[in-house]
Amino acid sequence: MSTTNKFLFAVLTTSIQAGTCLIYATIGEILAERSGILNLGVEGMMLVGALTAFTVAFYTQNLLVAVILAMIAGGLMALIHALLSIKFRADQNVSGLALTIFGTGLANFLGRYLGPNGSSLVGQVAPHLAKMPIPGLADLPFVGRIFFHHDILVYIMYMLVAASWFYLYKTWPGLNLRAIGENPQAVDSLGINVFRLRYIYTAIGGMLAGLAGAHLSLAYSPGWSDNMTAGRGWIVIALTIFATWNPVRGLFGALLFGSLSILQFSIQTIGRRISGSILNMMPYILTIGVLVIITWWEGIRKSAGTPQALGIPYSREE
Amino acid sequence: MRRPMIYGYELTFPNIIPNKEVNVMLVLEMRGIVKRFGPSVVANDHIELTLEKSEILALLGENGAGKTTLMNILAGLYQADSGEIWINGNQVMINQPSDAIKNGIGMVHQNFMLVPTLTVTENIALGTGKGKIVFDSHQIETKIQALSEQYGLEVNPKNYIWQLSVGEQQRVEILKTLYRQAQILILDEPTSVLAPQEIEELGKVLLRMVESGKSVILITHKLDEVIAFSDRVTILRAGKNVATLRTSETTREELTQLMVGEEVVRATCNGEVTGPVTLKVNSLSVLNDKGLPAVTNVSFNVQGGEIVGIAGIAGNGQTELVEALTGSRRAVSGAIKINGADVNNQPPITFINLGVGYVPEDRRTTGTVAGMTLAENVALKGVGKQPLSWGLILNMGAIKSLAQRLIASFRIEAPGPETIVSHLSGGNLQRVILARETSQRHTLLIVVHPTRGLDVRATEMARQILLRQRLGGTAILWISEDLEELLQVCDRILVMRSGQIVGCLGRETANKQTIGALMVGGVETKGGSQ
Amino acid sequence: MKIAIQKRERLTLTSAFLNTLVSVLGALVFGGVVLTLISGVNPLTAYLTMAVGAFGSGYAITEILVKAIPLMILGLAVSLAFRIRFWNIGAEGQWCVGGIAATGIGLFWSSILPGPLVLPVMFLGSFVLGALWALIPAILKVWLKVNEVITTLMMNYIAVLLVEHFYLGPWKNPGGWGFPGTASVPAIAQLPKIAGRAHFGLVFAVAAAFLIWIILKKTTWGFRIRVIGESERAARYSGYNVPKYILVVTSFSGGLAAIAGMAEIAGVAYKLQMGYAVGYGFTAIIVAWLAKLNPWAVLVTAFLLAALLVGGDQLQISLNLSSYIALVMQGVVLFFILAGEYVFSRYSLRISWR
Repeated sequence: MSTTNKFLFAVLTTSIQAGTCLIYATIGEILAERSGILNLGVEGMMLVGALTAFTVAFYTQNLLVAVILAMIAGGLMALIHALLSIKFRADQNVSGLALTIFGTGLANFLGRYLGPNGSSLVGQVAPHLAKMPIPGLADLPFVGRIFFHHDILVYIMYMLVAASWFYLYKTWPGLNLRAIGENPQAVDSLGINVFRLRYIYTAIGGMLAGLAGAHLSLAYSPGWSDNMTAGRGWIVIALTIFATWNPVRGLFGALLFGSLSILQFSIQTIGRRISGSILNMMPYILTIGVLVIITWWEGIRKSAGTPQALGIPYSREE
Repeated sequence: MRRPMIYGYELTFPNIIPNKEVNVMLVLEMRGIVKRFGPSVVANDHIELTLEKSEILALLGENGAGKTTLMNILAGLYQADSGEIWINGNQVMINQPSDAIKNGIGMVHQNFMLVPTLTVTENIALGTGKGKIVFDSHQIETKIQALSEQYGLEVNPKNYIWQLSVGEQQRVEILKTLYRQAQILILDEPTSVLAPQEIEELGKVLLRMVESGKSVILITHKLDEVIAFSDRVTILRAGKNVATLRTSETTREELTQLMVGEEVVRATCNGEVTGPVTLKVNSLSVLNDKGLPAVTNVSFNVQGGEIVGIAGIAGNGQTELVEALTGSRRAVSGAIKINGADVNNQPPITFINLGVGYVPEDRRTTGTVAGMTLAENVALKGVGKQPLSWGLILNMGAIKSLAQRLIASFRIEAPGPETIVSHLSGGNLQRVILARETSQRHTLLIVVHPTRGLDVRATEMARQILLRQRLGGTAILWISEDLEELLQVCDRILVMRSGQIVGCLGRETANKQTIGALMVGGVETKGGSQ
Repeated sequence: MKIAIQKRERLTLTSAFLNTLVSVLGALVFGGVVLTLISGVNPLTAYLTMAVGAFGSGYAITEILVKAIPLMILGLAVSLAFRIRFWNIGAEGQWCVGGIAATGIGLFWSSILPGPLVLPVMFLGSFVLGALWALIPAILKVWLKVNEVITTLMMNYIAVLLVEHFYLGPWKNPGGWGFPGTASVPAIAQLPKIAGRAHFGLVFAVAAAFLIWIILKKTTWGFRIRVIGESERAARYSGYNVPKYILVVTSFSGGLAAIAGMAEIAGVAYKLQMGYAVGYGFTAIIVAWLAKLNPWAVLVTAFLLAALLVGGDQLQISLNLSSYIALVMQGVVLFFILAGEYVFSRYSLRISWR
C-alpha cells in the first residue's frame, strides 16, 4: 500500500474507533434536543456510564450486563435533568451543568472505592470487547479492514445511525418528535402528550450517553481512570449542532472530529508541523461557524435548523 | 335555496321561504354554556347555540364578545364551567382536543398550529398515526390529493410550510380538519389574513364542504363575511347570545344594531382646526410581524391642545400604527413629522427627546418593569438627565421625592416609593405610568387603552389628567375600544378598520352607533382620511 | 393560629434563604449516605474533618482564600453578564486567555518594561484579551441573534486548547524536566502575598465587587443595565440603546474573568501548566446563581464553595477519602435549589396568629 493509502487507512479506521463513542452520545443528544430539552450533562452521563460498565464487567465478567447497566445508569442520570427541566421548569443550562458536575464527581468518587476490597478501580483489568471481524465483509479489499474490523458496539453503531435516521424521517413517532421541538403547542392540540415524550427522549439520550461511556471503558481505552471522558461530552454538544440535528450528518461530523486528533499525529509523522492543539480546536471553531450559518439561514428561511422550542419549558396556558 | 357567494356585494332576491322539513337536523347544540375567567370576567353567559346540518352559521360579535372562548370550549381547549354540548342528538363530554376531534369537530384557529420545518403532508397527518410505525407518505399524499380535489383546496403536499403563503397555509389547516373527518368545522376569523381573491376561493370551498354534508361555524366580526357566506347568524354581545337570525332575512343595519346595541345613523366628518400641527402623518404604511400590511396609507394630523381618538376593533392596525409613531417599528412608506421634524424610522430615543410621551397598551411588560420599585419605574425615562441624576450619578434623593410627589398628586395606592410594582393592582400601575408620562409637559402624548381594566375612580382620574394636559397645549392621540370614553373626551374621532382610516367624526356628529358601524363595516364610507 | 398555603408570584429573600438552607441540608444528608455506603466512613466524622480542615486553622483559611479569589472574580464577571441576560458560559475561556496574556507579558515583557509597569500591563493586557474573547459571541448575538450559550461554550474549549498550545509549544519551559508547562514569571511579575498563599488578587475581587455594586446601584449606567436585564421591552420603550449596553457589559464581563486568570498566574501559579483550567469558570456560574447575582453575596458564596473544596482536599489528606465527594455535593445542592426555586416561588406558607 502506498503511503497515502496507509495514511488514509489509519485515519479512517481510528476515526471510526474514536468516533463510535461520540456518535452514540450525539444521537442521544439529538433525540433529546429534538424534543426540546437541552441536556448539557452529557459529560457527566458518559463518565457514569463508563464507570458502571467497567465496574460491572469487572465483577460479573459479563459484558452484556455491563453495557445494559451502563445504559440504565445514564438513563437515570438524564431523568434527574428531565425532572428538573420539565416538572420544575428549571433553567436547562444550569440544570445540565449541575448534572455534569454531579455525574463527574460521582463517577470519580465511586471509582476510588468500587475496586476489590474498597480499593480504587484505576489500574484494574476487566474483560473488554474484542475486535470481531465480520466473516466475509472483513475480507473486502480496503473497505473490509476499515469498516468491518471492530468490536460489536461499532457494528451496532452503524445500525443505530441507520435506524435513527429511519425513525426520525420515516416513521410516525419520528414525525411527532420532529414536531415537538418546533411547535409543542401544535402537537399538544393534536392530542399528543408533549411532557411524557420529553421525559422519554431525554432518558433515551441518557441511555445512549451511558452506552457511549461503556464503549470508552470497555473497548476504546479499556480500563478506568479519573475523568477518562476527557471533555468528549462537550464535543458531543458541539457535534449535535454541527450535525444540524441529523443522525447521518452526525456520523460524518463524529468521524471528522474524531479524525482531527489522529490527523495531528499523522501530520507530524509526515514531517509537517501543525500544533496539535490548534487542530483540536477545529471542532469548536467549526461548530460556531455552523451555528452562525444556520441562525442566519433561519432568519431568511425557516428550513431545518435549531428546534424552535429548544430549552423553553412548555406549559398549556389557558 | 342558496344565494350565490359574491364577496362584498349584496344581491337581492325575492323573499323565498326555504323548503325545509319541520324537524331540522341539528348537528350541534350548545346549551347554557357558562365560562368565567376569574371572579369578575364572564366570557360566556348562559349561551345557547344551534347548528343545522349543511349550513354555514356566522358567529358575530365585537372583540371580547365571547366568540372565540365559546368555540375554544367546543374544540376542547377550554372547559366550560357549566352547560351541555349535544352532537347529533347525543350529549358529549369534551374535555380535551382529542375528544373534540373524535366527535368530528375541527377548528382552524387564527394563529395557525403548523410546524414550519415539516411538509404539508407531515403537518396534516401529524397525530393520526396511532399504532402505526412506518410513515407511508405516498399513501397519505394520495388521500390529501383526493380531499384537495374534492373541496377545491389547492396545495402541493410535498412543500414545506415555510414555503407557503398565508392563504396556502390556511388551506393546509382546513385540510387537517377534513383529513380527520370533521363534520363540524369552526373557522376563526378566516378572512383576516386573506387577499380578496383568496376570500372568494374560500367561499367556494365552504360551499363545497356544506354541499357534501358538513356544517360550518364562521367566527367573525366583519359584516361583509356574514352577508356573503352565512345562512344564519348568531350575534354575541358581552358574553350573551342576543339573537339568531336567518341572514337572508336581515340587514347590515340590523346586525350592527344587535352587535353594538343601538340604532344606526349616518354621519359626516367635521373637525375643529385650532393650534399648530404637532403630529403630521402622511400616507403611512406599516407591515406587521408576518410581513403583511397592517397600516395602509394612513394620513391624519393632531394639533396642539386637541384630543384625537382612534376607534377600532383590536387587530385592525392600531398596534402597528402606534409602534411606528413611537419608533419601535419601521414604516415601509410615508412620513411622520413631529413639530416639523421628520422622525421616520428613528429609534424611540428620538421621539422621547422630541417630547413624545407614550402610555403603552402593555402595562406590565412594556410600560413598567415589574421587578423594580415604584421610584425606579417613575425614573425610567428621566434617568440620565437633571434633576434625576448628576451626570452619571443617580440622585436617589431626587428620584425618591419625585416618586413621593407623584404618589400624592396622582393618588397612587402604594405603601411608598420603594414598593415593587408587581404588587400593584392594574389600576395603580396605570396611575404610575400616567404619572410618569404626564409629570412633565410633552408636546405629544400617545395613549393606548389608558383606562382599560380600571375602576370608576381610576378611570375618572386618568381622564382628568389627560384633559388637563390638553388644556396645557399638549396634542393627544387616544387609541381605545371604549366608544363611550372616546365620545366623552375627544375633539375628533378617527375610525380604523383593516389598516385604514375609514371615517372621521367631529364632536357634533359622533355617536356610538355611527362609530360602531364604521368599525365593523356596517356603513358605506366616503373618503377615508383626514 | 392559621397556616395556609397559597400561590404566589416571586421568590422573596426569606424563601430564597430557606431554599438554600434546605438544599444544603439535603445535600449533606445525601452526601452522608453515599459516604457511608461506599467508603464505609462515618459521615459525621467526614463532615467534621471537612469543617476542621477548612476552618480549623489560619493556614486553612488562607487556603480557602486561594481557591476563593478566582471564584470570586469569575463569579462577579458571570453575574454581571447574567444581569443583562447574557448567559456567559464562557468564563472558563476568558479565564484562560487572561492567563495567556498574563504569562506572555510576564515572561517576555518583564525585561523590556520598566519594573513598576509590568503588573499593570499584565492587568490591562488580560482585561483586553478577555473582553475581546467575550465580545465575539456578544456581537454574534446582537447582530445575528446567535445563541450565546453555545458560542461562549465553544470559545471555552478553543481557549483551553490555546493554553495547551502555548505551554506545550512555543512557551514550553526548556528546563522543566519534561513536566508540561511554561517557565515561571519573574518576581517583578508576581503579586504580593497577603496571608499564607493568599495573594493580592483578593483586593481585585473586593474592588471589583465594590465597583459593580456602586455602578449598578448608584449610576445611570447601572440603572439602565438593571432595566435591560429585567425587561428588554421596557428598556427599548424608555429609549435605551440596548445593543450598545449588551456589548459593553459583556466585554467588561469577559475582561473581568480574564483578570481572574491574571491574578491566578501572578498571585499563586506563576506559570501556565496542566491543571490551570480546572473548571472554575463553570463553578463560577454556580457561585453567581447561588448569590442571586448580588456582588457582595458572590464574595460569600465563592468563599463557601471554596471552603467546600478545601474541606474536600482535607478529606483526601486525613481520611484518604476521595475529594470528589465535594463535587458530588455541589451538584446535589444545585439540584435541590433548582427544584426548590420552583416550589418556593409557587407556594408560600403563611402562618398567622388569629
